[in-house]
Amino acid sequence: MAELVRQITQRGIVHSPGKPTLELQSVSVAYAAGTNGITTTRGEQYALHNVTFQVERGERIAIVGPNGAGKSTLFKLIVGTLRPGQGEVNIFGHDPNGHICIAYVPQRSQIDWSFPVTVEDVVMMGRVGRIGFFRWPRRNDWTLVHQALARVNAAHLAKKQIGELSGGQQQRVFIARALAQEAELLLLDEPLTGLDVPSQEAIFTVLDGLRPDGVTVLVATHDLNLAAERFDRVMLLNRQVVGFGPATAVLSPDNLLLAYGGHMHRLHDGELLLTDTCCTGHEG
Amino acid sequence: MSWFTDPLQFDFIVRALLAATAVGIVCSILGAYVVLRGMAFFGDALAHTILPGVVGAYLLGWPLALGALLMGILTALGIGALTERSSLKEDTAIGVLFAGLFALGVAMLSASGNYTVDLAHFLFGNLLGVTSSDLWTIAILGSIVLLTVFFFYKEFLVISFDPVLATTLRLPATFLRYLLLILIAITIVVALQVVGIALMLAMFVTPAATASILTRRLPTLMGIAAVIGAFSGVAGLYTSYYLNIASGPAVVLVASLIFVLVFLFAPERGYIWQKL
Repeated sequence: MAELVRQITQRGIVHSPGKPTLELQSVSVAYAAGTNGITTTRGEQYALHNVTFQVERGERIAIVGPNGAGKSTLFKLIVGTLRPGQGEVNIFGHDPNGHICIAYVPQRSQIDWSFPVTVEDVVMMGRVGRIGFFRWPRRNDWTLVHQALARVNAAHLAKKQIGELSGGQQQRVFIARALAQEAELLLLDEPLTGLDVPSQEAIFTVLDGLRPDGVTVLVATHDLNLAAERFDRVMLLNRQVVGFGPATAVLSPDNLLLAYGGHMHRLHDGELLLTDTCCTGHEG
Repeated sequence: MSWFTDPLQFDFIVRALLAATAVGIVCSILGAYVVLRGMAFFGDALAHTILPGVVGAYLLGWPLALGALLMGILTALGIGALTERSSLKEDTAIGVLFAGLFALGVAMLSASGNYTVDLAHFLFGNLLGVTSSDLWTIAILGSIVLLTVFFFYKEFLVISFDPVLATTLRLPATFLRYLLLILIAITIVVALQVVGIALMLAMFVTPAATASILTRRLPTLMGIAAVIGAFSGVAGLYTSYYLNIASGPAVVLVASLIFVLVFLFAPERGYIWQKL
């Protein structure tokens, strides 16, 4: 009986050993008709076209590209809210649905900060999948919540209402929620946007602290400098993977021109000037 | 104290008090989710769309609650499906269904005998006409709603605050969303006799909105809203008794007055405090 209850109330699937943390195989997502996208020879339009890559355990990946490059679509595929039209998305050898080890930290603009919850309430939400139906958080869950907050240097904020936090604190609290979720694959959507340099540094410190645990981190960002300096590999995306590898190789002038097109201007001395910087509101 | 005890010699007043208190509590607690999820228009529409069910049950001699319950759950699921699958915007789809079904209910009623009196009861409630079997209906359905809100508290919190988190935790988000819609439908049935269709929205929204000014934690918000809802029910009934005004509107007026007072004078978050 207890076993039956556990099966019904607990979620999550067993990872296949030896499989890469994240693997996309020839993934394409077609747009609904009438929106802008790449037009293929068959006249179909794609938000993402023929995307193939692998990410290994513990890697730190930056995903860069212009507005509408498909960064959010890519995240939706990995999280499992969107299914690919063609191709396969595998996380530890299984498709995303069923995994509770994937955590998504949304753009701050997508959260209702006046919602009546405290910081520790938000972090506890990460435990809901593990606690299961018809159960309440136990002491162990609260311990994990407070440990997660301590790891992002936010223990002192536990009782605050989320609307009282600064931008950097908000971001760190959501990372704590991912830790409480015991996430192994962490996706952050524009976490650095609108933060001052010390707040950005605080987030990198937190992310660096996750490395020994083998947590894999994917960050969508507009900031090419940070992408080049602070990550193991960079993916340059514009509906297709323009380049994926070490920053010096990927962020070459030719690749950048390919990805950013008309927004990138080659100056006389060979320098590049990017006129489309970033990030008002949502992007595809 | 005789002003308080005098009305209690009438059994129908005692029943009305019990009904108003229970409805105040149930509506306000579920109303917290209605307010937080921005479902006020949905709640109002759902209240109106049950009219054909109520009138149908009335004409057939069935219990009104049964007709209301069937119609409420049916339209809750219908609106849910319509907004999920069609290309119509959510509020447009709701608006079409809402007006059409309400018109059908009024038309059905107008074809029967005592049109104006019955319509007034459906629209504005008939608190003083609550029978003991009505009280049982309110008690049973109200308990179902409260227990469900209690048992699914953390899941409802997640789908309301962050639907994407609900996905990554692999919660059955669609099931939970429909469950919430059905709970709203059941609560509308519970409140039908107390405030009626037209003023239903106030019971969902006003106490929860008032509480949301006073606190920033959901359990506290639900508690305060329940107290305001119950108090509005009792105070409204006494107001109606002594001022000789309709009871449903009196309940809503008390709740609205509390909202205005809190909105203006609440410490720290009130309008006047913030202007000082």
